[in-house]
Amino acid sequence: MVRVLWSITAPFAGSLRDLFPIVVVVGFFQALVVRQPIPEVGAILVGGLMIIVGLTLFIRGLDMGLFPLGEAMAYAFACKGSASWLFAFAFALGFGTTIAEPALVAVAGEAAATMARGGLIDNTEDAVAVYALTLRYVVALAVGSAVLLGVLRILKGWPLHHIVISGYVIVILITPLAPDTIVGIAYDAGGVTTSTITVPLITALGVGLASSIEGRNPILDGFGIIAFASVMPIIFVLAFGILV
Amino acid sequence: MSAMLDELSSTLLSTLRDVLPIAAILFVFQFLVLRRRVQHAGRVLLGFVYVVLGLGFFLAGLEKALFPLGRLMAEQLTDPAFLTGMTDATAETLRWHDYYWVYLFALAIGFATAIAEPALIAVAMKASQVSGGVVTAWGLRVAVGLGAGIGIAVGALRIVTGIPLGYVVMAAYALVILQTFRAPRSIIPLAYDSGGVTTSTVTVPIVAALGLGLATTIPGRDPLIDGFGMIATTCLFPIITVMTYAQIGQWQARRRAAREQAERR
Repeated sequence: MVRVLWSITAPFAGSLRDLFPIVVVVGFFQALVVRQPIPEVGAILVGGLMIIVGLTLFIRGLDMGLFPLGEAMAYAFACKGSASWLFAFAFALGFGTTIAEPALVAVAGEAAATMARGGLIDNTEDAVAVYALTLRYVVALAVGSAVLLGVLRILKGWPLHHIVISGYVIVILITPLAPDTIVGIAYDAGGVTTSTITVPLITALGVGLASSIEGRNPILDGFGIIAFASVMPIIFVLAFGILV
Repeated sequence: MSAMLDELSSTLLSTLRDVLPIAAILFVFQFLVLRRRVQHAGRVLLGFVYVVLGLGFFLAGLEKALFPLGRLMAEQLTDPAFLTGMTDATAETLRWHDYYWVYLFALAIGFATAIAEPALIAVAMKASQVSGGVVTAWGLRVAVGLGAGIGIAVGALRIVTGIPLGYVVMAAYALVILQTFRAPRSIIPLAYDSGGVTTSTVTVPIVAALGLGLATTIPGRDPLIDGFGMIATTCLFPIITVMTYAQIGQWQARRRAAREQAERR
């Protein structure tokens, strides 16, 4: 009986622990620094409950759905032995999840508005919309090629840091060439591309591939795709800023 | 009550819309290319339902509880009247160190939100599973949380002082490259990955609110131009702290080994 009860409550306790730091930080600043009454305490409590339930369900779903599927597909691709289908899958996964990413839509829209106000593009609704969409395609292309490169790296066993550091060097070299307005946008584009559902899938794919290919170590070779996905968009957006 | 239900269903719907392209890609490749039966297909499907439901609840809850509070606090903390403790103060009279509460808030909230970031939880779970417990999920998350906190604080400092973003990023890159050659090899891929996973559902809205508040308060800053760049520093510093975390572990292990050897003699 106790064990059954614990098996139900334990995941919730885990989520509670995950959220505890936020409660402490918000409570501390609210009580000691800002010292303003908290508006709508009831809504915050209900919201907090929803966060706990949501996080618990999400983590359960990771273990049941996203992780096993990502790994099963990695195994299946490895058994099939067709690298080109694997590359197509990697690119589609990166491109398809990024083009619709809400955070990217928001950032691209803001970036286009900034460019229009700075007079770098025509200040018409059409021009702004086209620019925002182009930017989203550029970033999605970057993430697609990043996942592809990440998979290629796992297949070939290239050391990760050589590629990532080369990426950094490229970023450092082309930053001075890019117009000032695009630099901040480019650097942020790297951060907004990896969404909460893409990350577990890509991680499972990488680890699954590294474990099913002989001579690859899951911890050394399985991780790193997300790292590419956060550097590549910076390079692509900077290059886009230089060329356009 | 019904307003809350409306909100929940609209969040669920938008989560579903975000998952749709991913599901489509998985479906196409699974059934047209791989043509293999998924083991425990029902269980996997149920897992997807849990992920969508969970994320929907999570986001709706954040929208209800954390984001209004976070935005309010970011607004109040960057208000010059609050910062000086006087009502007639203007931003012009403030120097960079008068914003200490902002830096402290940035550090603390960055740490706390990164700990709760579902994408990071996922990577940490996988990492501890794959490394056989050498990298503990909780240790990795605390290291990333510290990095995110430092990154947001540095981002805030950058907006206040007006240091160009390029300099900060280059300095951080230099440190990352330097550490890469010193840190244990097995942590490097994980460290690089942890940069990208820090900024998603929980952290980005709070960071954006803080950046926007600061850039609006400080004279000569453009909210749209200077509001950007905060996410970039938040992504970079976790790489540094995760490698530091591994370096400290390695250093301790070496010291322990040296002590044991000395005792044996």
